[in-house]
Amino acid sequence: MPGDTLNINNKATAQHTYDAIVIGSGISGGWAAKELTEKGLKVLMLERGRNFEHIKDYKSASKDPWDFEHHGQATQEELKRHPIIARTWGKSEPIIDYWANDVDAPYTEIKPFKWWRSYQFGGRSILWGRQSYRWSDFDFDANKKDGWAIDWPIRYKDLSPWYDHVEKFIGVNGSRENLPQLPDGHFLPAMDMTCVEKDVAARIKEKYKGSRHMIIGRSANLTAPIAGRTQCQFRNRCWEGCPFGGYFSTQSSTFPAANATGNLTVRPFSIVTKIIYDKDSKKAKGVEILDAENNQTYQYFSKIVFVNASALNSAWVLMNSATDVWPDGLGSSSGELGHNIMDHHYNCGASGTVDGYEDKYYYGRRPNGVYVVRFANLFGDKRDYLRGFGYQGGASREGWSRSVAELSVGAGFKEALTEPGQWTMGMTAFGEILPHHENKITLDKTKKDKWGLPVLAMDAELKDNELKMRKDMVSEAKAMFESSGIKNINTWDGGHQIGDGIHEMGTARMGRDPKTSVLNEHNQVWDAKNVFVTDGACMTSAACQNPSLTYMALTARAANFSVEELKKGNI
Amino acid sequence: MNRREALSSVALLLGGTIIGADIFLSGCKSDVKISSALDFSPENIAFLDEVGETILPTTAGSPGAKAAQIGQFMKTIVTDCYEEKDQKIFAEGIGKLNAASKTKYDKVFMELGADQKHDLLVAIDKEAKDYQKTKKPEGPNHYFTLMKQLTLWGYFTSKPGATQALRYVAVPGRYEGCIPYKKGDKAWAT
Ligand SMILES: Cc1cc2nc3c(=O)[nH]c(=O)nc-3n(C[C@H](O)[C@H](O)[C@H](O)COP(=O)(O)OP(=O)(O)OC[C@H]3O[C@@H](n4cnc5c(N)ncnc54)[C@H](O)[C@@H]3O)c2cc1C
Ligand code: SF4
Repeated sequence: MPGDTLNINNKATAQHTYDAIVIGSGISGGWAAKELTEKGLKVLMLERGRNFEHIKDYKSASKDPWDFEHHGQATQEELKRHPIIARTWGKSEPIIDYWANDVDAPYTEIKPFKWWRSYQFGGRSILWGRQSYRWSDFDFDANKKDGWAIDWPIRYKDLSPWYDHVEKFIGVNGSRENLPQLPDGHFLPAMDMTCVEKDVAARIKEKYKGSRHMIIGRSANLTAPIAGRTQCQFRNRCWEGCPFGGYFSTQSSTFPAANATGNLTVRPFSIVTKIIYDKDSKKAKGVEILDAENNQTYQYFSKIVFVNASALNSAWVLMNSATDVWPDGLGSSSGELGHNIMDHHYNCGASGTVDGYEDKYYYGRRPNGVYVVRFANLFGDKRDYLRGFGYQGGASREGWSRSVAELSVGAGFKEALTEPGQWTMGMTAFGEILPHHENKITLDKTKKDKWGLPVLAMDAELKDNELKMRKDMVSEAKAMFESSGIKNINTWDGGHQIGDGIHEMGTARMGRDPKTSVLNEHNQVWDAKNVFVTDGACMTSAACQNPSLTYMALTARAANFSVEELKKGNI
Repeated sequence: MNRREALSSVALLLGGTIIGADIFLSGCKSDVKISSALDFSPENIAFLDEVGETILPTTAGSPGAKAAQIGQFMKTIVTDCYEEKDQKIFAEGIGKLNAASKTKYDKVFMELGADQKHDLLVAIDKEAKDYQKTKKPEGPNHYFTLMKQLTLWGYFTSKPGATQALRYVAVPGRYEGCIPYKKGDKAWAT
């Protein structure tokens, strides 16, 4: 009977209706879910990959190095499933299956592009390097000051309370330095530097008269316990998943909080294929998913949608949405959706040896390094390029993989290798990439993934500004090492393919004008005010600091705003 | 391993990178092929154990590479992780090493005395180093470079190597950046 069908449909719709939907469970999605559920909203979190449970699924975490059949090396068979990761240093035996299957979910490289993806619950929050730095007004002002691209619609003061909020919850260690270009945060105790790092830092300070700073890295590892999580035990095996909950991940931090509210539903194996857009209300009604296991399509409905599928995937979802109104997708009315892709270019720097300190060593494995704060184009410094870079590195004693002078084989050789070798120090730069309209991603409708969905085509490269900066990144590393007494200095530039910095961003930028940006100052899509994009897609410029802390702060800020707007009946 | 370590090991091991890691930098291979030249017969495993033991012998403080079943380890890595071209070099290396042994001592490697084994590998190591220094980066590796790297890597990440030749602490619990070291103290295993 027709009435019955209607009834079933209504019931089904009701069962599929939530206050908010969050697309993606990674670093930013986890934060959206936590904030929204804690504010009382019923939230559905949709994750395209498998479930991945805290502790239980960290299968390798209690193994010793020799328990791995290949002592850490990924096999050729495994690399066949991960041809992109095979081109990176992510090809490690314990975590190889944490990466997305590049064969099932391919993409097109119009220009070479390394896309490091993790499609499982928690996204890349399990694998990330945890370096966590605030941005400053030098960054939020940069586009405006340089007359480059468009201005950020926000400033540091808009984000600073949200940085506090995030740092207090996730736990970030660091030292207070009082540097305007790298604002201090709400820090747990700083980690130690090694003896050599301390001295090199002091020499740099002296040589550059206090204008350059080598500081201990700021990382999201717990140097003191916080509620429900044990402090870091210094094993430096974070990316396998930490059974102590010693670093921030969705699993250790945001998910438990969101789950405790009783307001969260997680649906794994749910590839969001589009946002359902309602022309009349000019808002999203919900989303459509493809179940990655049974290939069925389902719809879910909500008042708010948070898009946190990671920068490129969030753009992909938007490109596939509302195409009856805008052929290039929701948010494309500005002509900027998928454009202005940025990253941090790295993999160049210097290394060398340090004489002396033979009577010094360290205990424990520090999951963190030292950081040289940006100095280029700041405080009167002027270069032949825009923006700047920071360095990440460290000093340690060589281990068994070194060569031993005079000895090559036999008992003496072996005995020599059982002791630590000389001190070495190395660092790589992370440089800012400018937004260029022509650096873009588009849908490649000629190629389909395992589920028959169109894939992304990557068309982005470094331009002059970055190439000039790279030369400086190398020569300044050398100069700083020389001035601090480091010997046998080797410089290298391994080149950079966009994506390899794993800080891809900018594909749905924020701005002040719907004609030139996809999102407004609250991360709302100009063309659908109840859709919020708060991952790397939203970035208007890239700065040179690792970006995830900023994604988290932006997400918390937007989530708070969305609930207020909902209460006011504005969305 | 984090990004910094990965990079520093690449940077610091230039010319001496662990081959398995090195080859991956050259890009993906769409097909996994196992070289038909590979032969890990029990005799060859015993031979590789002996090569390993000569490179890292048993000493007063710790067992040698044989105790870490180094021949078996080489079989696993070469079969599962090596590209076909390095598999071939490795496989042919067994014959080449024996040929060098015959030229020098008129005996195959397994029949040599301990001192002869040592002296032969010292000579081959020198040959390998000179060769690696002058070869093009994409050029074929020397077989002994592969065998020696597998020996060092396999041994020092094995249980006896990590816990007896080196110091291994599974869960350090804390970090101290600057502590005294006295000559003779062992290096940390990881
Ligand atoms: C090895 C490594 C080291 C790093 N080091 C640092 C560092 O030190 N500091 C730093 O700031 N950043 C670092 N990063 C980057 C950091 O991991 C990312 O910036 C961050 O994870 C981005 O968060 P996200 O929420 O946007 O995306 P992710 O964490 O990638 O999560 C996205 C989630 O969305 C899911 N998804 C994708 N598409 C869909 C869809 N259509 N439907 C449903 N779900 C979908 C994915 O499966 C995934 O779970 C590192 C990354 C890696 C891999
Ligand atoms: S270093 Fe700390 S956070 Fe990382 S895995 Fe070890 S205990 Fe966990």
